[in-house]
Amino acid sequence: MTKSELIARLAEANPHLYQRDVERIVTTIFDEIAVALARGDRVELRGFGAFSVKRREARQGRNPRTGEQVAVTEKAVPFFKTGKQLRERLNNAS
Amino acid sequence: MSEQTVTRAQLSDAVYQEVGLSRNESADLLELVLNEMVAALTRGESVKISSFGSFSIRSKGTRVGRNPKTGEEVPILPRKVLVFRASQLLKSKINDGLAKAARQQKS
Repeated sequence: MTKSELIARLAEANPHLYQRDVERIVTTIFDEIAVALARGDRVELRGFGAFSVKRREARQGRNPRTGEQVAVTEKAVPFFKTGKQLRERLNNAS
Repeated sequence: MSEQTVTRAQLSDAVYQEVGLSRNESADLLELVLNEMVAALTRGESVKISSFGSFSIRSKGTRVGRNPKTGEEVPILPRKVLVFRASQLLKSKINDGLAKAARQQKS
């Protein structure tokens, strides 16, 4: 399912809303999660999962092709941990 | 960085501010969005949100695990796990945020 399919499904199930508004709702939700993560916050959605940011320290890396040493700067990577309820649903549904 | 936790309350508030539906309806719609995603994932579909990331299901086979306390061998049954891959855009947004916070700390 893509974002536009998600919007289409929601619009179909909520005929009282304009498709335009459904689009804004979905966009706002994901933007808000992204903004929170960029601030370094955690986003916890019980039953679904939690997004967090993990820091990777600066390290000496190597160019795998040439073997040359390169400095890799400190990085932050987004991380998602599946919620307990969703994890259970994924395994009971089949 | 002062780390805080954002929950459904803040997300539905953002929907309320941005779209102008009632607070109740905003909360309901957030729930519907999550439910649609959960439904697709339990059907075995992956969910791709452009400029955010994708959620997909990976099937894991049986393997032998060990109870770390007793050292006893226990079989781990095949199961499905959800993996999230952040988009390049989300990754760079987060790193720009980190760089900004680091600059503020210095000054």
